[in-house]
Amino acid sequence: MTHLIIAPILVPAIIGALTLLRTARHTLLGRGLSLGSTIVQVAAALALFAEASTGTIRTYALGGWAAPFGVVIVLDRLSAMMLLLTGLLALGVLVHAVLTGLDRRGWHFHPLFQFQLLGLNGAFLTGDLFNLFVFFEVLLIASYGLMLHGQGGARLQAGMQYVIVNLVGSTLFLIAAGILYGVTGTLNMADLALRIGAAPPGDQPLIRVGAQLLIAVFALKAALLPLHLWLPRTYANTSAPVAALFAILTKVGVYSILRLTTLAFGENAGAVAWAPAGWMLPAALLSLLAGFLGVLAARRLRLLAAFGVIGSTGTLLSAIALFEPDATAAALYYLPHSTLSGALLFLVADTIGRARKREDDRLEPDRPFAGMGQLSLLFLLSAIALAGLPPFSGFIGKLLILTAAEGSAAAPWIWAAILIGTFLALFGLAWAGTMLFWKTTAEEELASSSWRKAATIPAWGVFFLLAALTVFAGPATRYAEATAQQLFAPEAYVAAVLGPEGSGR
Amino acid sequence: MSLEFLVASAVGLMTAAGIYLTLRGRTFSVVLGIAMLSYAINAFLFSVGRLIVNAPPIYAKGVTEYADPLPQALVLTAIVISFGMTALVVVLALRTYLETGTDHVNGTPDAGETPSDSEGDV
Repeated sequence: MTHLIIAPILVPAIIGALTLLRTARHTLLGRGLSLGSTIVQVAAALALFAEASTGTIRTYALGGWAAPFGVVIVLDRLSAMMLLLTGLLALGVLVHAVLTGLDRRGWHFHPLFQFQLLGLNGAFLTGDLFNLFVFFEVLLIASYGLMLHGQGGARLQAGMQYVIVNLVGSTLFLIAAGILYGVTGTLNMADLALRIGAAPPGDQPLIRVGAQLLIAVFALKAALLPLHLWLPRTYANTSAPVAALFAILTKVGVYSILRLTTLAFGENAGAVAWAPAGWMLPAALLSLLAGFLGVLAARRLRLLAAFGVIGSTGTLLSAIALFEPDATAAALYYLPHSTLSGALLFLVADTIGRARKREDDRLEPDRPFAGMGQLSLLFLLSAIALAGLPPFSGFIGKLLILTAAEGSAAAPWIWAAILIGTFLALFGLAWAGTMLFWKTTAEEELASSSWRKAATIPAWGVFFLLAALTVFAGPATRYAEATAQQLFAPEAYVAAVLGPEGSGR
Repeated sequence: MSLEFLVASAVGLMTAAGIYLTLRGRTFSVVLGIAMLSYAINAFLFSVGRLIVNAPPIYAKGVTEYADPLPQALVLTAIVISFGMTALVVVLALRTYLETGTDHVNGTPDAGETPSDSEGDV
């Protein structure tokens, strides 16, 4: 059991390499390996989730080199939750890609998919700043490949911009990590927390610069305004299942902001304490509004879903930017909902696009198409989820955020932004539904359509995850509250990584 | 002039040139800019362990001042990653140019330049 914690990193690495082999390309073997690996990852994530929910923080020193000298991976409540979310989402997306034949439209879908999971799982588990950079690079390199999968002029052009933006982001990450290492002399996050707290006043301006740069890089990944401009074009031009998987990429940024701010730049950090709090809340509220305005303005369903991702990540970050336990607990409940609802809309958009054929996913009236009844129901459900209307988890999440924000000085701004954003999203989604399903140009049904009944199974699967999040809202909020308490008491994390004597320094 | 001043100004100049080139409109200069930025980062990371000469990195008898070996490991990792990324972005830029007929980052050719007659540029 002690080695189970490394499974989410090792399994996709090994299987990813195996699916590269010639015999596994474009055969059932490759699909089987990839599906099997993802199922194993979900199982491992479930076991780790069960272990973390008891409140223990487990560490694993790679190669037996003790912290702070070696690289450690750390499993706490937040990591376990993110691992489980990644696994479940990946399973849905992979089944969709296999059912629609997307994985056959290029050579290396399955290896790239597995390496993407490797990067994601590693980023959620690592306890070392430079190792976090390496896992960010792994997941980005895989995401470049997945984003370009299937090719085509528009996709290449959007991919070019995506790659350039992220390369510049990686450069900033290195500068920030270099500054923090240069000042504190450590890269281990727990050790970093101790040393930042004990830094002499002369070093604090430099630490502050490093911290702000680091958070700015994470904000770029999370597509926080004004660093969101790369997202709509990228997500709208890649294939829809890949975009659905990318819904978790913005959450990696959110995760890193939460992890490093509570751990290293928290209340014990002297002059650096809560360094990003000043600018993050306005930026988050503006990206919330910009995202949902984009939902209203989009003329293609996938572009609409991309703006929805910006909007719901903005909602999430506006709760996190308060940096207090209640709001963070609310955000942690909203985080899985935000990921799954964004992904669901991309999957539904893909299925609708396939069924309509002529107009693809453009929001213009077309002839009625096969499977319209089921697809319109799915679209309705995913739209309700994305807008955050009752009865689904989005409503509960937003309600929790609004309640948690009540005591803060910025409460009127947060309330206004979230309520206006919800209204804009509702309006945009209702308009899109009208164009897709009500306004039809002719009576006779579109004859030749590549729609298959089985293609909606993954979308229903993701929807049932959302439904489960709603039904089990009680246990889920209790878990989120416990996670927030664990995050805001970083002493336990530091003691788990460095040992009781190390943390006393 | 001290060693610190030389290294610091070199890092600063390369970063400035890198940022300028990255903000240009054509993919070729953007690729050069990213390469320039990664050189600047490598020099910067290397100097993060302080500029010390004639000091052993791990252990030697009777020595109190050591050079920091970790930044060199970091630089190696950063070099490998930035080399791979530069290769990828070069191929991607070339492929985008061949497929869309323009090497503009935003995909819209200059006024008076049609996508088909820009073939002689490269």
